[in-house]
Amino acid sequence: MDWTALSVSLRLAVGTCLLLLPFGLWLGRALATTRGRGKPLVEALVALPLVMPPTVLGFYLMQSFGADAPFGALWQRLAGSGLNFTFGGILLASLVANLPFAVQPIQRAFEAIPANLREAAWCSGLSPWQTFVRIELPLVWPGIVSALALTFAHTLGEFGVILMVGGSIDGETRTLAIAIYDRVQAFDEAGAGIMSAMLLLISFLTIGVVYGLAGRRRWRRA
Amino acid sequence: MPESPRAMHDASLEVSLHQPGPIPLAADFHCEPGELLALVGPSGSGKTTLLRAIAGLYRPASGLVRCAGETWFDAAGGRSLRPQQRRVGLVFQDYALFPHLSALANVMVALGHLPGPERRAQAHAWLARVRLEGLAERHPAELSGGQRQRVALARALARSPRVLLLDEPFSAVDQVTRRRLQRELALLREQIRIPIVLVTHDLDEASALADRLCVLHAGRSLQQDVPEVLFRHPASPEVARLLDRHNVFEGEVAEAGGHRRLQWGPWRLEVARGLEGLAPGQRVAWYLPHSDVVLHRRGRPSLGERENPVSGRVVEMVVLGGITSVSLAFDHAPDTLRFEISTHAARRNALARGETVQVSLLASGIHLMPRGDTVATTPRTPT
Repeated sequence: MDWTALSVSLRLAVGTCLLLLPFGLWLGRALATTRGRGKPLVEALVALPLVMPPTVLGFYLMQSFGADAPFGALWQRLAGSGLNFTFGGILLASLVANLPFAVQPIQRAFEAIPANLREAAWCSGLSPWQTFVRIELPLVWPGIVSALALTFAHTLGEFGVILMVGGSIDGETRTLAIAIYDRVQAFDEAGAGIMSAMLLLISFLTIGVVYGLAGRRRWRRA
Repeated sequence: MPESPRAMHDASLEVSLHQPGPIPLAADFHCEPGELLALVGPSGSGKTTLLRAIAGLYRPASGLVRCAGETWFDAAGGRSLRPQQRRVGLVFQDYALFPHLSALANVMVALGHLPGPERRAQAHAWLARVRLEGLAERHPAELSGGQRQRVALARALARSPRVLLLDEPFSAVDQVTRRRLQRELALLREQIRIPIVLVTHDLDEASALADRLCVLHAGRSLQQDVPEVLFRHPASPEVARLLDRHNVFEGEVAEAGGHRRLQWGPWRLEVARGLEGLAPGQRVAWYLPHSDVVLHRRGRPSLGERENPVSGRVVEMVVLGGITSVSLAFDHAPDTLRFEISTHAARRNALARGETVQVSLLASGIHLMPRGDTVATTPRTPT
C-alpha cells in the first residue's frame, strides 16, 4: 500500500474541492441568472473537459504550462518555478478538469430557484448579499453537495490529465490512481488490488457521506 | 403628469407609468390610504407589470411612482429606489414563500427593521393576526394553499409597508377558501390604513372587494371609478367589453318633433341623459345594463311599457338555476340584446326560442359612448 500516493491523492482532491467551490458558486449562479449572448459559449467551455479525452486535455495543459507558452512563462516569472511535474501543476490541471463537475450541479440548483423568491426577499428588505446567504445558499445546498461529491470522487480517479502534466513523481505527483497503474506495470497485482480496493472504499464513503448530508433537510419544495 | 401637491404630503400612492415597449404601458392611477384599488383586465394587460414597477422589481422607460410623500421612481429625474428602500408589502400570485424556512421564519425575514429579540414575538403576533397560531413551525410544503396565502400576507404586512400589493392572491385556492380569504381581507382592511392595490382578472372579486376599479388593456388604464359607476357607465365599448358587459350597440342621433332621440334600426329611443351634447346624424355607441330591459307581459300591456318598446326574436335561453338569461336578435343589428328574468317568469310567459317578444329599454339606463378621441381616463374625483 502506497500511503504517500494516498496522501497526494487526498490532498489533491481536498485542494480541488476547496478552490473550485467558491468559483463554482460564482460561475454557476452567474450562468443561472443571466441571459447574455456569451452564455452558450461559456457553458460550452465549462463542459469541454467532460467530452475531451483526458490525455488530450492533459496534453494541452502540459503545453500551456511549459516555459515557452505565455501562461507557463508568466507563472514562472511570478512563482519562480515551473508547473509541469509539480503538485501545483496537477492541482491546477485538476481544477480545469473538474470545472464541469463543480459548476453544472450548482448552476442547475440556482436555476431551480424561482426568480420571485429573490424578489420576495428584496421586498422583505433583504440586501442582495443577505438574499444570497439566507435564501439562495440553503436552497442550492444539495447542488453544492453534489458538486463536492463529484469533484472529490472524480479527482481521486483522475488519471490521464495527471499523468500528462505531473508524470509519476513520488510524493509530488504520483496519485493513488497512477500508483495502481505503476504496480500493474511492475506485475504487482496484489499491491494494485489493495490500492484499488482502498480507492473504491474512499470513493464510496465520500459519496455516502455527502449524499447523507444532502438528504438531511426537513423541507421540500412546495 | 401634473404635480399633485397633495400627494407630496399624504400617504396615498400615485402611479403614472409610460413606455412604448417591450411591454407597452400607459397607466395613470392613484390609491388613497385605506382604499382598495383593483387593477382589472385580461391576461397580458400589464397588471402584474404595473405591480412590479410599483415594487421596484421592474423599471419602465418613463413615469413616476410616489408613495407616502416619497418619490420612489422618477424616470425624468433619474431616481429609482431599490425594492428594499420602498417599503412595499407584496403578495405574489404563487406566494413565493421561502421553502426552507418555517412559517415563523418566513415572517421573521421581513422583520429586519426590528431589533433581533423582538422579531420572534412580532412574527408570532403577525401569524396570530392571520389566524395561523400553532402552525408557526410548519414549512410551506406542510401548509394548505389558504394557509400559505396567509403566511405570505403576514410576511408582506410584517414590514409595516407603505403600500400593500396583491397579485392575484386568490387564484391558487379553491372556492370555499377563496371566499373565506376574501372575507378576511375585507376585515383586515379596517385595521391597516395604507393604499392596497389588488390585481385580478376576476370581475366579481374586484367589485366585491375594491372601492374602485381601474380597467387596463394592453398596459393602458382605460377608466377608473367605483364599481357601480363603471358597470353602468363604461367610458367606451372597449371598457364595456373588458368588463364583460353585453348589450353594446351602435345608433345615430336623430331629431324628432323638437326632441333628440337615438335612432336604432326602426326605433327612435328616448334617452334620459347625454343626447343634448350630440349633433343629429352623429353615430354613437350605446350600452344598456341588462337590469334595464323590461319584458312585456303577453296580452297585458301596461303604462310603463310605453317606454322605448322594441320587439325581437328569442335566439337563446340559458337557464342558470332560478335565473334565465334571454338573448334577443334584431334584423337591423348584428349583436343580440341580453337580459335576465326569473325562470318561473320565463315559463309563465311561455318564452321559447324563435318567439317574438316585446321589451322596454329604460331611457334612464341607456348610456351613450360617443366615438372619437374620448378621454381615456375618468378624471380624478375626490373620494
